[in-house]
Amino acid sequence: MLKKFILAAPIAAMLSVPSVHANDDTVRVGINLTLSTPASILGLNSKAGFEVALKHLGGKVAGKKIELIFEDNQFKPAIGKQKSEKLVKKDKVHFLTGFIFSHILAASAPVGLKAGKFVISSNAGHSMFAGKKCHKNFFNSAWENTQTPMAVGQMLNNEGVKKLYILAPNYAAGKQMITGLTRTFKGKVVTKALTPMSQRDWSSDLSKIKAAKPDGVFVFYPGAWGPAFFTQYAQAGLHKTIPLYNAFSIDGANLPIFQKRNMTHLLGTMNANFWAPDLDTPANKRFVPAFKKHYKGQFPAHYAAQAYDALMLIAAGVRAAKGDLSNKDAIRKGMEEADFESVRGKIKFGKNHFPIQNFYARKVVNKNGQWQLSKVGDAVLKNHAPTNSAECKL
Amino acid sequence: MPVIAPAIGQEFYTDVFARIMIVTIAAISLNFIMGYGGMISFGHAIFVGIGGYSVGILASHGIESAYIQWPIGILMSGLFALIIGAISLRTRGVYFIMITLAFAQMMYFLSVSVEKYGSDDGLTIDSRSDFGLSFFDLNDSMTMYYLAFVLMISCLYINFRIVNSRFGRVLRAGKSNNERMTTIGYPTFRYKLVAFVIAGMMCGLSGLLTANFEDFVSPDMLFWTFSGELIFMVVLGGMGTVMGPLGGAMIFLFLSEILSNITDAWHLIFGPFLILVVLFARGGVDGFLKKYEGPK
Amino acid sequence: MDYVLLAEQFFNGFQLGILLFLVAAGLTLIFGIMDLVNLAHGTLYMFGAFFAATFVQLTDSLVFGMILTLPTMLVTGIILELGVLRTLYERDHLDQVLATFGLIIFFNELFLIVWGAGGTGINLPSYLIGTSELPGGISVPDYRIVIIISGLLVALLLYLLVSKTRIGMLIRAGASNREMVSALGINIKLLFTLVFGLGAVLAGFAGMIITPITQAESGMGEGMLILAFVVIVIGGIGSIKGAFIAAILTGLIDTMGRSFIDVALMSFMDSVAAETAGPAISSMLVYILMAVVLAIKPSGLFPPKGA
Repeated sequence: MLKKFILAAPIAAMLSVPSVHANDDTVRVGINLTLSTPASILGLNSKAGFEVALKHLGGKVAGKKIELIFEDNQFKPAIGKQKSEKLVKKDKVHFLTGFIFSHILAASAPVGLKAGKFVISSNAGHSMFAGKKCHKNFFNSAWENTQTPMAVGQMLNNEGVKKLYILAPNYAAGKQMITGLTRTFKGKVVTKALTPMSQRDWSSDLSKIKAAKPDGVFVFYPGAWGPAFFTQYAQAGLHKTIPLYNAFSIDGANLPIFQKRNMTHLLGTMNANFWAPDLDTPANKRFVPAFKKHYKGQFPAHYAAQAYDALMLIAAGVRAAKGDLSNKDAIRKGMEEADFESVRGKIKFGKNHFPIQNFYARKVVNKNGQWQLSKVGDAVLKNHAPTNSAECKL
Repeated sequence: MPVIAPAIGQEFYTDVFARIMIVTIAAISLNFIMGYGGMISFGHAIFVGIGGYSVGILASHGIESAYIQWPIGILMSGLFALIIGAISLRTRGVYFIMITLAFAQMMYFLSVSVEKYGSDDGLTIDSRSDFGLSFFDLNDSMTMYYLAFVLMISCLYINFRIVNSRFGRVLRAGKSNNERMTTIGYPTFRYKLVAFVIAGMMCGLSGLLTANFEDFVSPDMLFWTFSGELIFMVVLGGMGTVMGPLGGAMIFLFLSEILSNITDAWHLIFGPFLILVVLFARGGVDGFLKKYEGPK
Repeated sequence: MDYVLLAEQFFNGFQLGILLFLVAAGLTLIFGIMDLVNLAHGTLYMFGAFFAATFVQLTDSLVFGMILTLPTMLVTGIILELGVLRTLYERDHLDQVLATFGLIIFFNELFLIVWGAGGTGINLPSYLIGTSELPGGISVPDYRIVIIISGLLVALLLYLLVSKTRIGMLIRAGASNREMVSALGINIKLLFTLVFGLGAVLAGFAGMIITPITQAESGMGEGMLILAFVVIVIGGIGSIKGAFIAAILTGLIDTMGRSFIDVALMSFMDSVAAETAGPAISSMLVYILMAVVLAIKPSGLFPPKGA
């Protein structure tokens, strides 16, 4: 056994070769994303968003070089926390950002916050951080989890849906979607079906939907659930009679896949989001084509848009502090003011550091042979803040 | 090792080694039943989960005292081990592997479903277990580190003492020839069950430490792949050897860390590595080294 | 109670059962005859799905694509057996679990890289989309009828193969007494390779036939693998009959549980509690079934003689 201790020492020594961090000529941004496993489809889109933002900033802010350090959390909270520790304690990053999934953010955020770093979630909208556990150094460049389904609920009211059938996977995000939706939806909810996470065959649910005869079906099936559910919905012939609405189930990341598989019944389906690729803002007009050039000719998904804004937000903070990375107060103030062109127009933060923003209805359309999500009409929710913002005592 | 990590002087490595030692405790506990008792549990992560959730759930109700959290965590782990063991030990071989997996799946789905305790978003633990001692505050990473170290050494010692006791000899004999032991009048079922409960409590301890160390518990802790990883660590270090679990946990965690830093697609290397270890380095690293050292 | 819904759910559960049987049959044969715990059996299911999707896309024909998939699965199974699994037969179960776990993570990653995170899929031709009306107002998607009929046909062929042919006799003999078969001077290595190939074809067939419904994604095999293990453990390892009965039972209990448990709970608890408890209990139902069966009959419902 002694041998193992002897073995361990060189390994540890090898790992500990200190990287040069003493000089602060560089703004180090640690980005914790899910870049492997099938869930990586969102993380890779987000990563490309950060890269486009870096390019637009010219790799620099306030005379300092920006360095992006990506880490893959493998879709596991414990690994995510480990990677955050590495970014904070070993790479000595100034900002910790990324985070696609709420549970990974929940495990990781304290690592950055305890070490006095700024933590910016570029996607995960865990309600906790908008309310009771808001923090002076925590920012969110996306939304709080229940806001988007609230927008969908309002959209359903506008569409005249009276009887709704709801389906979502049985996990925290699925339940939060239902909470949000039922907050604004005024009609009757016939059934709330929480399907097991491992479910890929909806035969029994489709039979129940047919029996219930609702005016609309709302689903929250992100990632691999989506393609399977949408296919079966069409196979059961339901797409002809009952319109399908969703939150976070059809986006720029998976639309190319749907188009490749020729799932034409998805054309015309609607969801809601704070952003759309055709949102008319100057930053968006720069961002969307640059992204398409950078990433396989695809339209960005909102994951990329939020990532773009997250890095721009960091840059705004550093600019406000005139590049002095030790001046945390100045950086924070700069970030709160968010003096930059966001892809959604001007960003306004609430005191919990979540954006107060508009949400729009979006529809899948075929534009010049490429499917995209196109904004429909005016905002369904205007200047909307997370419902639990008041619980934040900042 | 307690000297090495702080000596390097980087907090990051203190954490790395603390994590290894905490996982090692779970591996020691699995090695105890698997390496000495022949019980291949594919659901050992259950007890890490129970220990972890004891801290998480009590903390979420504002009970932060370690003197309540820790005994409850260990007792609950023991209680579940008693129930699961009493049912599972009626079966043997592959049936045992599968029934322990089935229990792990049940507990996993239960933890995913309970919204009150975070569902799959997990539970964040605001304050680590409070021992009420000013010089012993778990929020300090060095204290956490030394606590993990002392507990790991204790578990190694307990394991060593038990397997070399009369109880341990019966357990080991039962592994190699269960029928004979039963025939000559040893109630092997009862011996195995006691061993299973001890292992459950020890693994629960690892869960208590995990929850405190990560400040977070989630259903991920009791997913079947973690049970599989624990088995792998034990085999890698050399089953049925006292220090094996430590070596196995260390190699496993370092290797996954190093490989995942090289490429995101590190499973492409790790999978074949696993197969090669099984095919060519049976008996784990210990066995491998012994083979090339010759007898002493 | 809505009897039409009940009948439709029964049908759905039966279809899941058939699918489970196809995967479990190979697993239980390989287990019973070679004493090999093959965790990578779910990977073969995934192979079937991705091969079928790729062939269907290449040939632009569902039928041709599917016909091409089966021999490819046979070859894949044989290559895997010769390359890795053959060396594991003499090892203990633990080594087998670990090595085949290694195969799982390798192929999951490989498929992820080759086909991308979004996976792939099969579009059904228009003649298979639509529903058929059965007597009593029950309507069933046409393709699901195809799955059930083809699955039952394969099950029947397997039954005939095992009970009526010489190779089947050897398989049965091998499942109950391995030493005897090798003592008879049979080329046991060849028999093992063939059985493994057969298992691969069955699992691949299951993956292929379900892909137009669930689509193909990396990691799809694991959920199926665990359920298939539940099935063979309930049925008794090595028993095809046990696997069939347990598969149908598991399929029905799982589907019925998901459909009706919340309704049943609502009759004696408030709806919020039922909505929370329902999915939890229905996810656990098959595992509870397995634990109960093993607690009462520790070697499953139909333990093969001599095992």
